[in-house]
Formats: sequence, C-alpha cells, structure tokens
Amino acid sequence: MLLSLRDVTKTYPGAEAPVLQRISLDLHAGEMLALTGESGSGKSTLLHLTGGLDTADRGIVAIDGTDLTPLDDPGRAALRRGTVGVIFQQFNLIPSLTVAANIAFQARLAGRYNPDRVQRLTTRLGLGDHLGKYPEQLSGGQQQRVAIARTLAPQPRLVLADEPTGNLDEATADTVFALLCELVAETGAGLILVTHSERLAARLGRRLHLRAGQLT
Amino acid sequence: MTRTIFSALFSHWRRNPLHLITLLAGLALGTALWSGVQAINAEARASYDAAAATLGEGTYAQIVAQDGAAIPQQTYVGLRRAGWLVSPVVEGDLGRVRIVGIDPLTAPRGIGPVSVGGGADLGAFVTGTGQILARADTLAALPETDATVIITPDVAPNTAIVDIGLAQRLLGRAGQIDRLIVLPEQPIKRRPLDTIAPGLIETAPPDSSEVARLTDSFHLNLTAFGLLSFVVGLFIVHGAIGLAFEQRRPMVRTLRALGVPLRRLIWLMAVELATLGLIAGLVGVALGYVVAAALLPDVAATLRGLYGADVSGQLTLRPAWWISGLAIAVGGTAVASAGALWSLARMPLLASAQPRAWVMARQGVALSMLSLTLLMLAGGLAIWGQGLSAGFIMLGALLVGGALALPPLLTLALRFGQARARSPVAQWFWADTRQQVPGLSLALMALLLAMTANVGVSTMVSSFRLTFVGFLDQRLASELYVSATDAAQAERIAAVAMAQGVVVLPILAVDAKVAGQPAEIYGARDHATYRDNWQLLRAVPDAWSVLARGEGVLVNEQLYRRADLDLGTMVPIAPGLELPIVGIYGDYGNPVGQVILNDAVFTRQFPDVTALRFGLRLDPSKVDAFRAALRDQAGVADSAMVDQAVIKAMSLSVFERTFTVTTALNILTLAVAGFAMLMSLLTLAVMRLPQLAPVWALGLPRRRLAALDLLRAVVLAALTGALALPLGLALAWALLAVVNVEAFGWRLPMYLFPMDYLRLGALALLAATLAALWPAWRLSRMPPTQLLGVFRNER
Ligand SMILES: Nc1ncnc2c1ncn2[C@@H]1O[C@H](COP(=O)(O)OP(=O)(O)O)[C@@H](O)[C@H]1O
Ligand SMILES: [Mg+2]
Repeated sequence: MLLSLRDVTKTYPGAEAPVLQRISLDLHAGEMLALTGESGSGKSTLLHLTGGLDTADRGIVAIDGTDLTPLDDPGRAALRRGTVGVIFQQFNLIPSLTVAANIAFQARLAGRYNPDRVQRLTTRLGLGDHLGKYPEQLSGGQQQRVAIARTLAPQPRLVLADEPTGNLDEATADTVFALLCELVAETGAGLILVTHSERLAARLGRRLHLRAGQLT
Repeated sequence: MTRTIFSALFSHWRRNPLHLITLLAGLALGTALWSGVQAINAEARASYDAAAATLGEGTYAQIVAQDGAAIPQQTYVGLRRAGWLVSPVVEGDLGRVRIVGIDPLTAPRGIGPVSVGGGADLGAFVTGTGQILARADTLAALPETDATVIITPDVAPNTAIVDIGLAQRLLGRAGQIDRLIVLPEQPIKRRPLDTIAPGLIETAPPDSSEVARLTDSFHLNLTAFGLLSFVVGLFIVHGAIGLAFEQRRPMVRTLRALGVPLRRLIWLMAVELATLGLIAGLVGVALGYVVAAALLPDVAATLRGLYGADVSGQLTLRPAWWISGLAIAVGGTAVASAGALWSLARMPLLASAQPRAWVMARQGVALSMLSLTLLMLAGGLAIWGQGLSAGFIMLGALLVGGALALPPLLTLALRFGQARARSPVAQWFWADTRQQVPGLSLALMALLLAMTANVGVSTMVSSFRLTFVGFLDQRLASELYVSATDAAQAERIAAVAMAQGVVVLPILAVDAKVAGQPAEIYGARDHATYRDNWQLLRAVPDAWSVLARGEGVLVNEQLYRRADLDLGTMVPIAPGLELPIVGIYGDYGNPVGQVILNDAVFTRQFPDVTALRFGLRLDPSKVDAFRAALRDQAGVADSAMVDQAVIKAMSLSVFERTFTVTTALNILTLAVAGFAMLMSLLTLAVMRLPQLAPVWALGLPRRRLAALDLLRAVVLAALTGALALPLGLALAWALLAVVNVEAFGWRLPMYLFPMDYLRLGALALLAATLAALWPAWRLSRMPPTQLLGVFRNER
C-alpha cells in the first residue's frame, strides 16, 4: 500500500469543530484520486498532513508502510524532498531562480538530478523556449507547468496536487491537467488531486468528496 | 544539498541587488557610525589633553634658578655629567605665539616631536634650519622664519614647539635655558643639586590641573555618547537584518515545502549573514575613518595615532581598533539575526508568506508594555538609584524605553489624524501611513535615537561650555597669578606689588580632613574680586560679609554632597574652631572637598602657613610691564607667572574645537539615520505596491502618490522629532545631573538652547525629505505595467 490514513483527526487551534474527523483512506501505487469538497472543507489540510507539511492531532499517516507521525522536522523534510511531491495552486516557484534552475532545484535537493529526465520533462511540458526566463516573465499556465516539472523531476512515489488548475482559465486548465495525469501515469506514482471542477474530477479513476470532516 | 540551498539563497541577492546593498549598507553604516564617533571622540579628547597639558605646565618636577634668571648652558652640561637626567627648555613669545624650545633627545616621552607628530622626522627637527610644530592657526600668526613649518594639531593652541637651538636663535637667547625638566626616573647615585649648581632649586611637580580634571568629566560624557551611537548603529543593523528576512519569507516557505530541513536552513542563513556582516564590517570601519577624516580636516594626525601608523607614515589599521569595529558589525548582526532566526524557527511551515500585520500588532502590545516598564525603571532609578552603574542602567533604560515607545505613539498620533481627516484621500493617507509604521519603525527608532543624541550632545556641550567659562571667570578673576619659590621671594613679590599699587590676594591653603572627608582649607582675603566674580550655588543672605567677619565658612559642592552638609551646619575646622556654613560654591573638576575661611581666621588658626601663591589685581594693559618688574626685581621665573587672559583665550579656543566636534557628531548621526531611512523606504516601496496599485487604479495619479509619500516621510520625521526633544533633554539631564554626580561628586548645571534644537529639527526634516526623495521619484515614474502586475499576480 502506497498511502494509508487511519482515523486521522485534525483541529486547528481556536476552531470549534475538527476540520478532519477520523479520516481513513488507502491509495495504491499508480492510483489516481480526485478529492473534491466545498471551499474550507479541509481538502488542503488533508493534503498537507499527507505530505508531511503539517501534523495530525490523532491517527496514522503511513507512506509505504512507514508512519509519518513520529518523524521530526528533518525526517519530514526528507520525505518531501524525495518521496512526496507537492504542487500548489499558487505555483510557489522561487522567483529569483530561472525556469531551468527551478525545475532542477528539487531533484538536486533530493540528490536525484538526472539531466536526461529533466530534458524530457521540459520538452513534454513545452518549456524548452523558456528555460532562461524568470517565473515572473511566464503566464500562469506556464508557471504551473514549471512547478509540475520541478515536482516530477526527482520521481516522487506520491504526487499531491492542491487545485493545480485553480488559477488557470478553462482551456489552459485542461491542457495542464492532461499533462500532469499523463506524466504521473508514466512514472507509476500515486496521485491525489484536489479540484473544484466536477469535469476534471470525473476524468480520474477514483473520486472522494470531503464534507463536515468526513470523506464520502 | 547545501550548495543547492546556498545557490537559491544567493540567487535572491543576485536578482535583487538593491536588497543586498540595503543589507550591506545598513551593517556598514552601523559600524561606520560607531567607529567614526570613536574617532571623533578621540580627537576631542586629544585636543582637551593638549590644552590640559599646557595649562597644567606638565606633570614633571623642574629645576629653575632661585632668582628667576636664565640657566647657563654650562650648568646644564654639568648636571648631566653629574648624573642628573634633566632636559632643557627655553620659552618666550615670538609675536603672539609662545615658543617652547625642547631637546627631543633628552625630553621625557610624551614631550616633543616624537609624541607630537606620528610621522615627524627627528633628524629634520634638530638639524639644518629646523622645524616648527604647531597648529595651522598658530602657524598663521607666526612671523616669517627660515624653518620648515609642520601642521601638528596635537600641540596646544597658540604654542609652537621647536628644537631648543632654534628657539634660542629665534628668541635671541643663545646659550640660555629657562628651566630643566627632571625626568621621573633618576639614578640613585648623583651629587646633590646645591653642590653642582648653587642657586638652582628643584620644584615639585604641580598637581594635575583643575582643567585636566574637568575634562575627565567631559570624556565620560563623550564615552556615553559613543555608547549611544552604538545603540543607534544596532538599531540600524537590526532594521537591515529584519528587512532581509522579511524579503525572503516567501522563498523560505517554498524551500521548506520542497523539503529543506529547517535546522539546515537556519544554519546556512546564519553562515550567510555572518559572512555578509564581516564584509560590511570591513567596509564600515573604513567608512568610519573616511567620514571622520572628512568631517574634521585636522583629525588626521590623531586618527593616525588611533589606527596606528607605521614609520613611513603609511596608514595601517591598528588591530584593536578594527577588531572592535568588526566585532560591532558581526556581534550586531548576530544579535539582530538571532531574533529573526528564532522567529523563523518558530514560523509554521504553512504561514502566509506576506508580512504579517497582525503579528506585528500583537508584538506591538508586548513592546509597549516593555517600553513602559523600561521608562518606569529609568524613573525609579532617577529617584532612588545609587551609584554609577545605576546611572548607566538608567540611561540605557531611558533610551531603549523611549525608542520602543515610538511606534505606539506614532500610531496613536496617526489615528488621531485619520479621525480628523475629511477627504477620502486624506483618510487614506493617514491610514496608509499608519500601516507603514511597523515596516519603518526600526529606521524611525534609529532616527529618534540620532536626534536624541544630538539634542543631548548639544545641550551637554553647550552647558559644559557656559559652566566652564563662568567657572574660569570666577577662578581666574585676578589678572595675574604668581607662585613664589619660598617665603623670602613671597615677601619680595608683595613689596614690588605694593610699590606699584597692585592689590595682592594671598592664597593660603592647608590639607586637612573636614567632616571625615579629605579637604583643602583656604584662607581668602575679603575683596571685591570674590564678591563680584564668585557665584554661590546656595547661600545665606549677605554671605560674603559673614565670611569677612570670620563668622562662617564656604564649602565646595563636593564636600557639601559627600558629607551631607547643609547651610548652617557647623563645620569643625580645627580643634576649638567650629563655624557654620554660609554658602556653597561650584568647584568643577576638583576631586576633594574645599573649605574657605577669612584669611585672618586662617592665619590665627594656622600660623605656620605662609602664602606662596598670589592673585594680583591690576590693569590688564599693565600685565606685561608688571611681569617684567617681578622678573627683574623679585626674580620670579616666567613659568611661575600665569597670565589669566592667556589661559582664558586658550580655553575658549579649545571650546571652538568642541563645537566643530559636536557639529561633526550631529551631521554624522543624522546622515546615517537618514540613510537607514532611505534604505527602509526603498525596500518598502516594493512591498507596498499591492497597497498603492488599487489607489492608483482608482484614479490617483502617480505624481500625487509620490508627493504624498514625501509628505509622509516629513510627517513621520516631525512626529519622531517631537518625541526626540524631551528624550534628548532627559538624556542630557541624566548625564549632567545623575551620572556626573555619581562619577565626580558635582553637578553640571543644565541650560537650554532652543535655537540649537530648532536647527537640529530642521536638519532632521531635511534628512528625512532627502531620504524619501528617491523612492518618491521612482514611484512617480513607475511604469503602469508594474502597477498592473499587482493585479495579475493577485494571490
Ligand atoms: N493555519 C490555520 N489556522 C487556523 N485555521 C485554519 C488554518 N488553515 C486552515 N484553517 C481552517 O481550516 C478549514 C479548512 O481549511 P482548508 O483545508 O484550507 O480548506 P480547503 O482547502 O478545503 O478550502 C477552514 O475553515 C480554514 O479556515
Ligand atoms: Mg485549499
């Protein structure tokens, strides 16, 4: 089992009700899951717990059978470097690095930099002409494609995408979405994709809906 | 991984060189301020010391002829042969300049060209046509000679130092010596003086002069201001580091999300900052040197001494000096970044990348409480504190508390403005200014402390000057002061004075213990000189008459404070004599207590004491003639007669230099504070685009926005200045009335100088306007696409 969540509960300090209440979920390698839910329903929270960006109050989050709960900061950082890749709605590129440096960045961090693979990714994502530019010189769709390349370059086992197309227009969103699914499928990684769009969610193998702290 | 992280961290500086320059400039300026102020202080000290040394006539025992005549060169040679380590001096006036001829080969260290000019050439000094060492203004007053003139700022005003041979030639006194300096270390076996040279007598070294002691107090105050400049520097460094962290928050967040471990990130940032701090520190030390040298053209010689000079006269930095400068830079960086790194360590990974207004607001409450606590501590120490360290803690608490009070007070004032504003633009202006306070607060605090320091320095220096000049008028009321070598000469002096109708005021003194304190007891003749010139701090009515009748005593402020005396307290003078205190007088610079009695009472009580020092009252225009009479008829040596006018002129010229120093300090601190403000404004300019863009889009032209930005800087500086004035006065008061009393036992009266404060305020506004000018100009010419970019990247 690539990912398994057991009875995961999370309450933000000061909030009355828990955002996530005893959530359980399994994901196989190669499996692609669409996660939907209203704004504020806790989709991002769930993704952050899964990616080791935040910690659960209770329950177990395990990747490849290893529980993340007891990991300290360096341990969780190592997980984010190599095993799990996160794609954000706001792209989160490093503004002072060029496109090429941004793409190579995470693979370098993880010590898994492979120029051929990076070259292939950039070509597939149509970024070949923009390698010397800086993020602010790119459109939103292009920036998100850079973020996808950056995340996939170190070949993570699990890809977490938080509304990756939320900032893009419909046509661009479709292209980016298609590329992301295609590239993830090629690596055989698992994917959890948070989206608002019913249309896009319907195109993935599995769908879950988050409401009132519960998955349905 | 380390290299990858470093390359990302560094890429920020490469893409935003302005941020890097801001950081380096902030660190360098903080260091430069510190080392520059140290250099300027050193210059002030050196000029005081030079004056004090001249006024005090040195600190060595001397040999003079009993009859005041010149000593023949042969006698000197004989003394040297007999084992006496003595060094000849010949003195005299050439025009208005006092020529002091010395022998550099035998003179004690600290006298002559070796100490005077770091790079002076001994060979050229003693051979050929010789050299004349003096300050530039002295040299200008000197008649034309064939000797080479060397500008030497360390020499006392109105004095020129030359080789003894040259002096004898210039003064037309070949083969003559006025006095011999007796070196402190003498061989044990040497023949007694009277067997080698009868007619010569050895005089004990004079007490270190009161002027010298007075300057100790001034030195302490300057040191306090050096510390203050250090605090200003720290604030600037803190501001620069804080901004550097604020600018990179988004990157830090992304790095962590991508799997950079927090601890490693903090380590690397610490290494990065330490490196930058070191580089900036080096630049800062050099900058401090250059700035100080530029502000004080004749500071160079002192600086050479401070920074260390090698024989060829080339500049090398003395290790202690630049290491302390670097320590300030690196230490300041460490202190400042410790806080920033600490908050980074506790920052939740997913915290917003935008500057956190609400966090700052919450910190604001804590800081206001801290400020209040510190100010209350300062107030408590002012009332109940004891001892010098309590005084310094009070100073520190006052300054830091005052600085921390600035942001909440500004916010309060701006809120008041906002409530009063009618037009929507005005309302936006006040609200937006208020929003800027957190980002600008460190720069504004630095400005506050700079202005505080300036108000404090001006008040202190000017008060010091008024007091000092008044004190000189009081103490040097007589036109001429004469010391006799023995009772016989004293009688001759009195006779000469009598014959010429000159009033003689004998100065009778014994050392004693009064009220358990070491003290000097003086006997003073009742004369208008005292009544007219002495100002009593406290006195009973008609105190001088009571004193003249021998029914009371005057005591100095030191004794009054230390022994906890009061007007009317009975003071036991000697067994069987107790008199009430009728007045208390200021006695600045004297370390011991003093009691003044009527001379008749004194003579009755201490019949063995004869007066060897006299104050002589005569028409100032006749002083020179009378000196000559004393020399010829009573055999008084020139060095035993002190012309009051000369001393006063010298003191005043010293104070002129003080003003140069003060002005330099003011300009330096304000310039640095202005620069820090410029840096903050430039950095903020980028951060506040999201706030400006909507207002622009709603129809406020860029020029108008830029003008409002300028106005904002002026408003903030004016409000800061309004707080700096009371804080600066409190600072001056603390130094003059608390620290000085604790350190020296007397209180310097404080005077106010409103015109100085107005000028300072205008300068500060000018600095703020200049600082805001460039950012405003950039805003007025900002391409619309850049403003529109805010909407494109809306997050
Ligand atoms: N750092 C936080 N502190 C407090 N509350 C938070 C924090 N992050 C999210 N929340 C709250 O938790 C809930 C779920 O947020 P989130 O997971 O971001 O929802 P979604 O991604 O589904 O829109 C929201 O009500 C949000 O306000
Ligand atoms: Mg979300």
